[in-house]
Amino acid sequence: MSVAFYPGCSLHGTGNDYAQSAHAVCQRLGLDLTELEGWTCCGSTPAHNTSALLSVALSAQNLRLASDQQRDSLVVACAACFNRLRSARHEMAHDEVLRGRVEHVLEAPAPLDVRVDHLLELLLDTYGLDALAARVRRPLTGLKVACYYGCLLVRPPEVMAFDDAEHPTSMDRVLAACGAETVDWPGKTECCGANLSLSRSDIVVSLVDRLLDQAKRAGADVVAVACPLCQANLDVRQTDVTAQTGHRYDLPAVYFTQLVGLALGAGADELGLDKSFVDSRPTLAGWLS
Amino acid sequence: MARIGVFICHCGENIARNVDVDRVAEAAAQIPGVAHAESYRYMCSDPGQRKIREAIVAQGLTGIVVAACSPHMHENTFQNAVEGAGLNRYLCEMANLREHCSWVHSDREEATSKALELIAIMVEKVKRNQPLAPIRVPMTKRALVIGGGIAGIQAALDIANAGRDVVLVEREPSIGGHMAQLSETFPTLDCSQCIMTPRMVEVKNHPRIQLYTYAEVEAVDGYVGNFTVTIRRRARSVDESKCTGCGACTQRCPQKKIASEFDAGMGQRPAIFIPFAQAVPNLPVIDRTRCTMFLKGKCGLCAKACPAGCIDYEQTDTLVTEEVGAIVMATGFDVQPPTLYPEYGSDPDIINGLQFERLLSASGPTAGEPRRPSNGEVPRSVVFVACAGSRDPARGVPYCSSICCMYTAKHALLYKHKVHDGQAYVFYMDIRAAGKNYDAFVHRVIAEEGAQYLRGRVSRIYRDGDQLVVRGADTLSGTALTIRADLVVLATAVTPRPGSDALAQKLSVPYDAFGFASEAHPKLRPVETNTAGVFLAGTCQAPRDIPDTVAQAGGCAAKVLALFSADQLEREPVVSRVNEATCVACFDCERVCPFHAPEHRELRNRAGDLLRVVSHINEGVCAGCGLCVVTCRSHSIDLAGFSDEQTFAEIGALAPF
Repeated sequence: MSVAFYPGCSLHGTGNDYAQSAHAVCQRLGLDLTELEGWTCCGSTPAHNTSALLSVALSAQNLRLASDQQRDSLVVACAACFNRLRSARHEMAHDEVLRGRVEHVLEAPAPLDVRVDHLLELLLDTYGLDALAARVRRPLTGLKVACYYGCLLVRPPEVMAFDDAEHPTSMDRVLAACGAETVDWPGKTECCGANLSLSRSDIVVSLVDRLLDQAKRAGADVVAVACPLCQANLDVRQTDVTAQTGHRYDLPAVYFTQLVGLALGAGADELGLDKSFVDSRPTLAGWLS
Repeated sequence: MARIGVFICHCGENIARNVDVDRVAEAAAQIPGVAHAESYRYMCSDPGQRKIREAIVAQGLTGIVVAACSPHMHENTFQNAVEGAGLNRYLCEMANLREHCSWVHSDREEATSKALELIAIMVEKVKRNQPLAPIRVPMTKRALVIGGGIAGIQAALDIANAGRDVVLVEREPSIGGHMAQLSETFPTLDCSQCIMTPRMVEVKNHPRIQLYTYAEVEAVDGYVGNFTVTIRRRARSVDESKCTGCGACTQRCPQKKIASEFDAGMGQRPAIFIPFAQAVPNLPVIDRTRCTMFLKGKCGLCAKACPAGCIDYEQTDTLVTEEVGAIVMATGFDVQPPTLYPEYGSDPDIINGLQFERLLSASGPTAGEPRRPSNGEVPRSVVFVACAGSRDPARGVPYCSSICCMYTAKHALLYKHKVHDGQAYVFYMDIRAAGKNYDAFVHRVIAEEGAQYLRGRVSRIYRDGDQLVVRGADTLSGTALTIRADLVVLATAVTPRPGSDALAQKLSVPYDAFGFASEAHPKLRPVETNTAGVFLAGTCQAPRDIPDTVAQAGGCAAKVLALFSADQLEREPVVSRVNEATCVACFDCERVCPFHAPEHRELRNRAGDLLRVVSHINEGVCAGCGLCVVTCRSHSIDLAGFSDEQTFAEIGALAPF
């Protein structure tokens, strides 16, 4: 199977530690993660808030490129890009009128032959947990992780068809294969506030406060995420949480790829562990060589 | 010379909407052999039937075609009408203009011409019909009831009280079923045990009821009126004839911590146990999967404790055979465990409705006081979640479990009666309280008992310290709710009893995708099945409450008694017959017949010398399926009323069109 990596804008900007660690993991596992040539923005929230056609067409354009480059699957790391791409594919497959309009815009047939996979699915289904466990060099034994999936990875279930929408366990299984102890906690699919971070930061602060509180109560040492915006909210807003509520957590929010990379033997710099506001390195010191 | 009458029914608008019935009547009158054709709005009604009878007499008709609905619906009706006018009932045929034509076609022109074709086919058939006489076979006027819950008990008592013998088979060590587990019943708050246990005793003492507990139906052979049933009596490991039910063995058993099935896991029992104090029969049974004697080969404490020497570790299962004429299936239901939704977690303080019944029951492990399974404290706040699996096509079952709205209201009420300062919350989708006095009961629970009803779903339940946190939505106020609860009771989905599908197969009773047994007709034959002589009572057919179950069980009893009211069983004469002159005795018919109807018949001359052996169909057993007819290589078998000659004539009728 031939795959192309769709990084999306975040992974070339604020979330470049996600990109860095994803590449480090795939390189160590021998998985090809070549970027899709000529990719464009998925449109994200602004596009689908303003034009349904634009938001589908932007994703269709990227699928079109993947198809032209003879790729079977587009692998995505960002939860929002993943959601947009899979939604576009779903909508084109189920709405003939929309598909016709998209084809008119693209001046090409709708590219429904290309699959959209999340990086977690690549590790789980394509690579396999047993194979992953066999490559672990520094098992994360003793590290308690709260796996945080947020909204976009799993919802809406009939479109995303990713794991159990109310109780996903994909990330838990991947990190357990790396030796970590994943905690059972109630926040795994709650919202982090997403892009209200800028317009209504008070809401984000209260949501992040609750999430961190729940993760801490469950005994987590770190929160693992699969979305650059979730990571930013959980990480950057911790100082605001402390300022506004007096609650101090010092709970690092790391990408699951950073933890997998750690287990596979990658170093802190290679994984971009220096990029977050709440430094995870003291917590992870025991596994950093 | 044939004089056929054709009667075309409008079926209100069902047929007339898509078929030009008047034009069909005109055209049908032109078919050779048709002496009379007319249409009427409701042919099955009294005036409609009168039209048929009068035409037979006035016009001297020799055969009738009623072009109306499916023969499944009204063939019997019209056969009776024809018979009333002195014509043999098997000279009446139906052309199905509803299910096979008007309901499935939208083009009126095409449907009209197809309707005429269907009539022409039946005219050719009925021209060649022969008068047939019903077959009479002897029957065993004794009923088998499978399942000893309230449905089976009611059916068994009703049949036995009418003077017929009943064999009642129950899989568990005691009869009583789920109703014996309940605390109080909605909407009258009758104590379930008080109305149930006397009926159980009645069953045990009834001279006409043969009771087998801890037994299962192993095999069913035969047909209506003449079933042979093999019953496996599982080894109790206790001599029933000597045991007095003193309970010394159960007290001596060193195993005391086995989850009690009767208490739905809320209480514990030993390895040798009487399921509950009021059990019928009041005899212990050894759970061989947990008994130390069976697992490790030593212990024997119960045998030493027994003053009557009843404990028998060597006892084996026994098979008994019973002859019966009718069977009532009453195998009941289960409720799903409270673990369907992983986001609710699995916490000892999250239980299902049946478990809460045991906590409310005076015979339960807490003597009727609701207590938290986690720490034994009285819960100060209880959240009830209705539809916790029902009406959820994506993750649970799509159907409504029918009883949850009412028992959840009852739970909230009983909880408030026992914990006056406690708060009950009920999450619901909508309230389905359609029975007599049900709606008033729910309003009483809300208005007078102060249960807080919240319309919405619960998204997540998690433990926070000593309490559970329930997060959900109130869709009426549009707010997200967080409620701290000591106990959560999930109204989980009602499902058929495990193994009821295998039993249904033994009985040749169809069942739906969820395992509920299918009735013959949802409205007109709700307790019958498509297998003659097999009837359905209670929740093995669909989720339902106690009043409906009792009524349906009574309906089963009436059907069984009606069957037994004739001296002999009358059977449809649509059976296969062998032409002995041409039969080559290959007995392929014997191999294909699912009913074991073909027999070997010896043909002898007057001197008694054996000439040859031919096949002979036992008319009492033949179901008229026709498998032997198509299998017979020498074309020696014909099915009465469906002969080859008739079939070819029907096909030929299509030629002019």
